[in-house]
Amino acid sequence: MEILEGYRPRDGGTVEVLGADPQHGSSAWRERIGVMLQSSSLYPSLTVRESLRVFAGYYANPRDADEVVELVQLTEKRDARVRTLSGGQKRRLDLGLALVGDPEVIFLDEPTTGFDPSARRTAWDTVRNLRALGKTILLTTHYLDEAEQLADRVAVLRDGVIVREGSPSDLTGGDVETEIRYRRAGEEVVERTTDPTRRLHELTAEALARGEELDQLEVRRPTLEDVYLELTAE
Amino acid sequence: MRLFLHELRTEQVLFWRNREAAFFTFFLPVIFFLVFGSIYGDDTIAGVHGASFLEAGMIGYGVASTAFAGLAITMVIRRESGVLKRIRATPLPPWTYVAAVLVSTFVTFLVEAVLLIALGRALFSVGLPTRPLSLLLALVLGAAAFAAMGLGLTSAVRSAEGSSAVVNFVYLPMAIISGTFFSPAKYPGFLRAIADVLPLTYFTKLTRDVMVRHHHIWSETGSIAVVALWGVIGLVAAIRGFRWQPREG
Repeated sequence: MEILEGYRPRDGGTVEVLGADPQHGSSAWRERIGVMLQSSSLYPSLTVRESLRVFAGYYANPRDADEVVELVQLTEKRDARVRTLSGGQKRRLDLGLALVGDPEVIFLDEPTTGFDPSARRTAWDTVRNLRALGKTILLTTHYLDEAEQLADRVAVLRDGVIVREGSPSDLTGGDVETEIRYRRAGEEVVERTTDPTRRLHELTAEALARGEELDQLEVRRPTLEDVYLELTAE
Repeated sequence: MRLFLHELRTEQVLFWRNREAAFFTFFLPVIFFLVFGSIYGDDTIAGVHGASFLEAGMIGYGVASTAFAGLAITMVIRRESGVLKRIRATPLPPWTYVAAVLVSTFVTFLVEAVLLIALGRALFSVGLPTRPLSLLLALVLGAAAFAAMGLGLTSAVRSAEGSSAVVNFVYLPMAIISGTFFSPAKYPGFLRAIADVLPLTYFTKLTRDVMVRHHHIWSETGSIAVVALWGVIGLVAAIRGFRWQPREG
C-alpha cells in the first residue's frame, strides 16, 4: 500500500499508478489520488469543516467541503472541534480528507478498524457511493465480510505475496463445499457437501417422514473468511 | 503562491488555536518582560537602562521560544501524529509547506517583537529602536538560524510525548545561561564558558548592540558569524535528519 501511495521505495519490479511511478509522483499525480492512512492524522484544534477546507485548498479542483461533510455523514458535527470527535467520527473525517480533492484513485488503509457495526455499515455505504461515481478504490482490511461486501476484486496477501486473487464469488464459488448444520437429539451435526440441493432435500424429506423438526437448521456457503483461513493456514 | 498563502494562513490559525503552545512560545517572553521589568527595569545592567537591556533580551528569549522550541515541538507532534505524512500525499509541494511553516513562525516572532517594543515604550519608557532596518535584519537572521536548529533538533526526538521535555531541556537552560534575563558578566567562569559558545548569547548580544547601543548591524560581524554558523549546523542536521513519518518499529 505504501509503495503504491509513494511513501516507500519498492524492492524490485515495476509499479505504476495512473501511469506514473509513485516513487516519483508529481503534484499533478497527487491531484488524482486520495489517501486515508491507517491511523488518524488530524489537527485537533480545527473544526470538521475547517479541516476539510484546509485540505481542499491543496487541490486545484476540490469537492465542496460541505458536500464532503454530508458524504461522510458528519453534518451534525461540522462545526465541532476535531478533538471532541469520537474515534469513529475522526475516521470518517479522515475518509473525508481523502475524498476532498476529488481523486480518481482512493487508498483506504483499514478504514473501519474500531468501528461499531452501525458505523461500519455507514462507511460501507460511503464506499459504495464512491464506487458508483466511478472511483477506483483500493481498500485493505482484516474484516473479510467487509471485503466480501464491497470488493469487485479481492487479493489475499500472505507474507507480502498475493496467494489468491479474484472476485469474491470466484474465491468462494467453484467446487467448494457447502456446510449444512442442524441438531439431532441434542447433538450438533455438521455435514459438508458439493451437492447441497440434493442433500438438503434428502434431509428434510427424512425429517418430514419422521414428523421431526431439524433443529437449528443452517445452510452456509463458505465465506471469504473461510477461504482466507484455509489459504493462510497452508 | 496560492498554495503558499493558503498554508501560511492555515499555520497562523493553527498556532493561535493551540492555546498552550501560543502561551509558552508567544506570551511567556511577554510575561517575563512585564514581571522582570517591574522588578529591575529601573536598575542599570551592564551600564545600560535595565528595561532596555531586558527588552532586547526578551526578543532573544522570544526567538528561542517561537522559532526554536515552538517549531521543534510542533513539527515533532505533526510527524508523530501522521499529519506530515498525510500532507506528503497531497499536491502541496514539500518545500512550499516548509516555507509556509517558516514564514508563519517568523510572522509570529515579529508580532512578538513589536509587542515587546510597544510594551517597553508604554510601561518602562524604553526608546523605540533607532535602527529599525538593522533590527529587522537581525530578527530575520535569528529566526532563520533558530528555526534551522529547531528543525535539526526534531530528528533527535523520538516521540510526541517526549518532545516538550527534550526541547525544554535544551532551550530553557540556554535562555538563562545566554544572559537573556541577566547580564552574563557576573556569571561564574564555567557558565560563561558555556555561554561563550551558545548561539543565543550572540543573538542577544546582537539585538542589544542594535537596540540599546544603537550600533549598525554591519559593525557586528562577529555576532552575525556565530549565529549564522549555528544556523548552518542546524540546517545540515535538518537536511540529514528531518523525517516526514514516525520512525518504524
